[in-house]
Amino acid sequence: MKKLIASVVTAGVAMSVSSTYAADFKPAVVYDQAGKFDKSFNEAVYRNGVTPFKADKGIKVREFEPKNDAQIEQGLRKLAKRGFQPIVAVGFTMASSVEKIAKEFPNVKFTIIDEKVDQPNVQSIVFKEHEGAFLIGALAAMKSQTSKVGFIGGMDIPLIRRFACGYSQGAKYVQKKAEVFVNMAGSTPTAFNDPAKGAELAKSQFSKGADVVFAAAGGTGLGVYQAAKDEGKLAIGVDSNQNHVQPGTMLTSMVKSVGVATYKTYEDAQTGAWRAGVQQLGLKEGGVDWALDEHNRKLVTVEDEKKVNEIKAKIISGEIKVHDFMSTGACNV
Amino acid sequence: MEWFNTIIIMLDATLRVATPLLFAALAGMFSERAGVVDISLEGKMLASAFAAAAASSVTGSVWCGLLAGIATSVFFALIHGFACITHRGDQVVSGVAINILVAGLTVTLGRYWFQQGGQTPQLKDAERFKPIEFPFAQELADVPVIGHVYSELLSGHNILVYLAFALVPLSAWVLYRTRFGLRLRAVGENPSAVDTAGISVTWLRYRGVLICGVLCGFAGAYLSTALTGGFIANMTAGKGFMALAALIFGKWRPVPVMLACLLFGFLDAAAVRLQGVEIADGVAIPVELINAAPYILTVFLLAGFIGKAIAPKAVGTPYVKER
Repeated sequence: MKKLIASVVTAGVAMSVSSTYAADFKPAVVYDQAGKFDKSFNEAVYRNGVTPFKADKGIKVREFEPKNDAQIEQGLRKLAKRGFQPIVAVGFTMASSVEKIAKEFPNVKFTIIDEKVDQPNVQSIVFKEHEGAFLIGALAAMKSQTSKVGFIGGMDIPLIRRFACGYSQGAKYVQKKAEVFVNMAGSTPTAFNDPAKGAELAKSQFSKGADVVFAAAGGTGLGVYQAAKDEGKLAIGVDSNQNHVQPGTMLTSMVKSVGVATYKTYEDAQTGAWRAGVQQLGLKEGGVDWALDEHNRKLVTVEDEKKVNEIKAKIISGEIKVHDFMSTGACNV
Repeated sequence: MEWFNTIIIMLDATLRVATPLLFAALAGMFSERAGVVDISLEGKMLASAFAAAAASSVTGSVWCGLLAGIATSVFFALIHGFACITHRGDQVVSGVAINILVAGLTVTLGRYWFQQGGQTPQLKDAERFKPIEFPFAQELADVPVIGHVYSELLSGHNILVYLAFALVPLSAWVLYRTRFGLRLRAVGENPSAVDTAGISVTWLRYRGVLICGVLCGFAGAYLSTALTGGFIANMTAGKGFMALAALIFGKWRPVPVMLACLLFGFLDAAAVRLQGVEIADGVAIPVELINAAPYILTVFLLAGFIGKAIAPKAVGTPYVKER
């Protein structure tokens, strides 16, 4: 009997030793309420971060989709308790929950995307949206025949103003006299979920002469893209590559590589290179970019492509300085 | 002529924005005239928007979508009726319950069926209501004033917009010129008198609620298959409550209700149009104020500052036969 127990224990020890590496590394992700198939932000994390990581390393990533606000905190706590780390929290809505849970579990690594949380065990990944928006604005102004371009934001918050400000700067860089119409869909979170309002705002901008509109407005954007298609104008997507949403009238999309950032977080945590603190990803780091694929290839000429990439190189080299709305709280362009 | 064009474009937008309000407000009118308060206009609209987009996307036909939208809305109307008429439950509670139920159910079913975070797929052209161009609209577009009004303002809407406005005289006729309308109004004012005359209060109220369901179905289908191309979570964004406000503002009468809807629609169109426009140097027009105007106006009205809004007398009270 003793022998048996001993052998079981040995086997157990042997097993735990052999699988230490894999067992210790238990990454997890918490999506926000839009869900992992939202065609946009969360889906980018899933498709370009979680899925390839699973495929490359053969390590399971635990996923959690909260159905309401209260579940975010519960989900984070449960994952932390069960020894999952690093835990990636997707979206600025999770900031307060992450801060709270990070204090409760000081030894667990957390990564939050799109918002800064100042805790010793939290890594915050934020993006220089203004740089990407600048590029998009430049392309919009190149394609506009009226020199009038539009911007439609979701909720009126500094993050969205940052998009708008970068976009205006880009448009004016290409065409000094370009007129930029800036509209926000509202001042509450429903402004991210009102496609009817988005369509109306787009139609109003079209009637003022705009022929390219950029929507940084979540679900509201879908109404904008639809209106652009109905009226034969151009629209620009955001976060994920949304060129496929209305192929033929989507000029491009401003892509945030949240998926790549997620992948890198997991990889860093695995190799021990993970560090707490704030990471700002811009054009240089590949954090933001513009999208060119088979859906918009016909709309963007080789010459346009060259020009946009030149501007991109100039921003990376620092020759063009893009003003960040969030640094001063104002957009003076 | 610049300002004239701007006004035409704003009125054009007004018609588009007012349409779902009008459907929903007329729906509420039939229900409340029969004595059943309907807070669940929002929920029924949302349910219909989801069903219409889902059915349209699956079958490829916008008419199937419309039918599914109406059927779903009627289903929830019947639940409301069952709770408030048959079981004499609290009408407000039942309405709120339906709103909450639908908000969750649509997203959950959407996630399960389409796996796109509660959205339906974007609808293709054949799966949506398309604008109808009036004859000669193109040719007349250059004729000043009349041509403009004809081709820009009147032509080029989809069939549901025309239907919504055609429903106004129709509902007025039904309410004021038919036997059914007389009885419906009576059952909302004094159900025991109706009962004494040997007419079923229950059946009359059910019919009011059913019409309400059908009209809400149109409102929802319009949102997801005409105004936009697909359903997303909570896309009604308070339009049901706005319609309720229009119903009160229009004093439960078809033509004033339509005018209230047009006013609210116009305010919305103006808010969109005036956003970011500066009246003086650096002073932007306060769009939030314009957006809040419908509610403020309604409160003023209820407080008795602009005329008087008198609800049907028996609204909100379940009918109990004397024992």
